[in-house]
Amino acid sequence: MRKSVVLDSLKSAKIIDGLSKGTRSDNRDLLAYRDLTITTGVIEKANGSAKVTIGDTEVLAGVKISMGTPFPDTPDQGVIIVNAEVTPVSSPYYEPGPPDESTVELARVVDRGVRESKMLDLEKLCIISGQKVHSVFVDVAVLNDAGNLFDATSYAAISALASSTIPELQINDGVVELTGNDLPLDVSTLPVSVTFSKIGNSIILDAAFDEEALVNARLTLVTDSEGNVCAGQKGLPSYFTLDEIKTSSELAFTKGSEIRKVIEEATNFGKTKK
Amino acid sequence: MLNSSNNEKRLDGRSRDEFRPFKLEVGVVKNADGSAYIELGKNKIIAAVYGPKEAHPKWLSQSDRCILKCRYHMLPFSTDTRKNPAPSRREIEISKVIREALEPAIVVKNYPRTAIHIYIEVLQSDGGSRCAGITVAALALADAGISMIDLVVGCAAGKVGGKLVLDLSDLEDKEGQADLPIAIMPNLKRLTLMQLDGKLTPNEFDEAFKLALDGCYQLYDSQRNALFTKYFNVDQSVSENVSEGVSENVSEGVSEGVSENVSENVSEGVSEGVSESVSENVSENISEDPSKNVSNGDNLN
Repeated sequence: MRKSVVLDSLKSAKIIDGLSKGTRSDNRDLLAYRDLTITTGVIEKANGSAKVTIGDTEVLAGVKISMGTPFPDTPDQGVIIVNAEVTPVSSPYYEPGPPDESTVELARVVDRGVRESKMLDLEKLCIISGQKVHSVFVDVAVLNDAGNLFDATSYAAISALASSTIPELQINDGVVELTGNDLPLDVSTLPVSVTFSKIGNSIILDAAFDEEALVNARLTLVTDSEGNVCAGQKGLPSYFTLDEIKTSSELAFTKGSEIRKVIEEATNFGKTKK
Repeated sequence: MLNSSNNEKRLDGRSRDEFRPFKLEVGVVKNADGSAYIELGKNKIIAAVYGPKEAHPKWLSQSDRCILKCRYHMLPFSTDTRKNPAPSRREIEISKVIREALEPAIVVKNYPRTAIHIYIEVLQSDGGSRCAGITVAALALADAGISMIDLVVGCAAGKVGGKLVLDLSDLEDKEGQADLPIAIMPNLKRLTLMQLDGKLTPNEFDEAFKLALDGCYQLYDSQRNALFTKYFNVDQSVSENVSEGVSENVSEGVSEGVSENVSENVSEGVSEGVSESVSENVSENISEDPSKNVSNGDNLN
């Protein structure tokens, strides 16, 4: 991902002028999201998958679960790795190549939300302590970047996980065998990311592509189903005042639970569980 | 909720709002334009600033401001098991957030077409190295005489064993439930870095945030003191009773009165040019109102 987007000065003047009056170029409220759609089960070969669109932003996540070895310092825990890739199909500004620091940050913030929420019980993913565990890989690919990749990527990752299956295993005399059946993957909570963007002194949610070119500070907060905040990240080279942090941390909960309902609906979260 | 845990000691005998022992020093790398060193618990971190100098490659330079390049790097022997010297994804992310935490304090418009390089080498890591890295890098920037509207200081709070504590050690970070590193510009009260790993209730988040904020101000006092020690050869903590003759005897250079005068401005929370005046050449007339040096902070970025 390489973002050197330069916005027409007329366009940026219009956006900034609008924000100071409390309006946005697409007539949204400052704190309104664009339409959010989530479709699960779009990739048959994946254990779980989800396509998320927020406005024109389009992101695809797939879960692959395989057997692997645990990390030496956590012998009785499974492995979960969330990665994000901003593909060159997603914008004229991006080129193929190794991930740059923005992409690394995106992937790590999404990973942090999933990991720290403990939505997967890693100990349940252990097969034989110290030897065999389930390794859960969540890979997210950005297909069209129209802004707010942090939230879109996060929603895709957790929707894919929440709709994922895991192969059933049986152990005979220390030999692990697949039974050929798939069980639903147990997911305990839905960590929802809400990203605040600061343009001038206005704070908006779900910045669109043009708006993102003007954002000077960004704050992502992830809240879980139980009302805890479980991950956060301030990014971009400007600052937030202490009051702004306070307001944002409260808003992250209310906005987060609105979005959680959409994700619950799309993934049947809490309905099909045993 | 928190009061019950107030008197209980932590694993290393600290109370919940206590720092590990720390030491700050300015001007430790002879070749660098500015440098500083911090020890915080077992953390040993060195920061060096080179520049402003020509930006490479050329197309990176910007006609109306300088660019910042920042590398946070852990040496292979800095951790329990040898760390691969190649930059990890963690280091790439931390380099980015540190750069973005420092940039709001730097008057980038003063150095068009140039690059300022900030190098942070972790010689030994012990938890909280990104915050210590920010604290020490801000000192190195000031030491290099880079125009700044404030210093930047960072520290972490977190939840360990169900209790909120300040300045997590490596062990506390690994065993703890949450880690909340922040960095602020202390005089302007602006937050320039925040990350959160782990679960906190809304109340705990507020408490942890306050704890980290208080920590930042504690550390800021020492940060300022480290600059005074180098530039005025005066330990600020013993110069409190120097009170008069400030503006007369300054132009000849270093005197005790200087640090008093500057420290007054700083502690009043003057919003402009504070750290700049500290880091500027000492022989300049420091009694001049620092606010003249820089325009209003809001216009700088």
